[in-house]
Amino acid sequence: MKSGSNLEKVLDAGHFALTAELGPPNSASDEEVKHKMELLRGSADAFNITDCQTAVVRQSSISAAIMLKQGGMEPVMQMTTRDRNRIAIQADILGAAAFGIKNCLCIAGDHQSFSAAGRLNGHPGAKNVYDVDSIQLCAILKKMRDEGLQEGGDPIEEPPKLFIGAAWTPMGDPVDFRVARLAKKVAAGAQFIQTQGIYDVNQFAEVMKKVRNLGLHEKTAILAGVIVPKNAGMLRYMNASVAGVSVPAEMIKRFPRVKKDAPKEEKKAARLESQEIGKKISVELIEQVRDIEGVSGVHLQAIEWEKAVPGIVEAAGLLPRPQV
Amino acid sequence: MIVAESKPLAEVFGFIENYKRVLVLGCGECVTVCQSGGEKEVAVLAQALRLKAKTDGKEIEFLENTIRRQCEPEFVDPVLQDISDVDAIVSIACGVGVNFLAGRLGNVPVFPGVNTTFMGATVEHGIWAERCAGCGDCVLHLTGGICPIARCSKTILNGPCGGTNEGMCEISTEDNPVECGWALVVERMKALGTMDKLSEIVPPKDWSTSRDGGPRRMVREDLIIKKESPEEAKA
Repeated sequence: MKSGSNLEKVLDAGHFALTAELGPPNSASDEEVKHKMELLRGSADAFNITDCQTAVVRQSSISAAIMLKQGGMEPVMQMTTRDRNRIAIQADILGAAAFGIKNCLCIAGDHQSFSAAGRLNGHPGAKNVYDVDSIQLCAILKKMRDEGLQEGGDPIEEPPKLFIGAAWTPMGDPVDFRVARLAKKVAAGAQFIQTQGIYDVNQFAEVMKKVRNLGLHEKTAILAGVIVPKNAGMLRYMNASVAGVSVPAEMIKRFPRVKKDAPKEEKKAARLESQEIGKKISVELIEQVRDIEGVSGVHLQAIEWEKAVPGIVEAAGLLPRPQV
Repeated sequence: MIVAESKPLAEVFGFIENYKRVLVLGCGECVTVCQSGGEKEVAVLAQALRLKAKTDGKEIEFLENTIRRQCEPEFVDPVLQDISDVDAIVSIACGVGVNFLAGRLGNVPVFPGVNTTFMGATVEHGIWAERCAGCGDCVLHLTGGICPIARCSKTILNGPCGGTNEGMCEISTEDNPVECGWALVVERMKALGTMDKLSEIVPPKDWSTSRDGGPRRMVREDLIIKKESPEEAKA
């Protein structure tokens, strides 16, 4: 036990763990986070707060993590290396730890050019940092926690208690290197892994075989990513554009098709039907990945649809969450 | 080579429109190879500036010259002796040349005619791509000769990230296709039979040898010509 965080305790006790995601707002108010907190309360063991996902400015992950902590919910702080150098990173870790935040997901983060997608201006001209990569970041956190040392070697008065996490894209290109890269993350200190969204469970099961061969599933807790689909369009988009995500055609066919010139009532009915199908698929995915040996839990992401989480979790038989 | 791209004509003209005698100076090295700043380009730019001056009703005389390199006194100084009545220079050398010229001149403004972009190589005729980021601490022995600083959009040393899509970087667009540097590294290391080296964790980089450490210089004591002190000269 390194941190004593709820997530670490749940995994340590051998339970199938559950994390969910909370997206912070583009706002200076605390209302939105507090609202989302109540939508999600009790539905997972810990809650990730994204860190300027797709490089779009949002309230910082750490501030929302503090709100959760103070509101009696356990956060998973996310930290990208895109926007901070090792000095700011370590300062943020110490600051977060001072608020009792323990879980930290270490990621490189989407390139800032992503922020100008669609109708957004974003900040594609921003200077990016990437002083360290996600693997080096895991090692930095580990050194702070286990050796009480900063990355540069200076001692830290009181080392932070951390539960270190990393992301993994099991089916990412080049696919024959992905398990080796997972091994690197584990060697660097990643104690829990949250994967990119999985829709092709058979493909994922094949990769997990290789993971088990290397014994990695025993050295780190792998939480399979489940992204709740709202409609066929979302699945089609992810299949075509999101690296490492492939959606079986049969899954997309399950959603209703509606003509562009269909009446409003028909479109609304189709939208609601799609949402129900999306939730059902999420429950099925949770049940299927749970059956794969070596999968220690699920990371559930209902993007800008946090209110769907409790229903899905309940239908998947994962409520109530264990008290440890 | 150092790769540079011509600045828009209107922008360059805006720099010199109120001067009377302007020298357009090219460079015979890198910018000649990437066809932005050589003798040919000097002629083209000078003529374009003349036409624009005429259209805008400005009386400006444009002179043309190209020297072998704009980054060494040996080639630059002879030219500078010859330009007493030039009141502005447009240099289409890379940024180094502009800096160097301006430093040698002091009282004649030197304007950049190109945007200097990167250190790169010719991929094919007409296409140049970035290959080196001048980090000052080369790691090419770790990656089969493919630079993770110059060719990974996130300068990742333990790559690839989760954004690789069919061998392309996540920042790729139709207009700007960018290969995933790390997909190339994995492929190369596979071909070399050294993929297991990629399982070693590369620690955080010391960026102080890079631009981050401040403006850099290289000194070779053995090459410096010692100057005589006044006492030595008297003796």
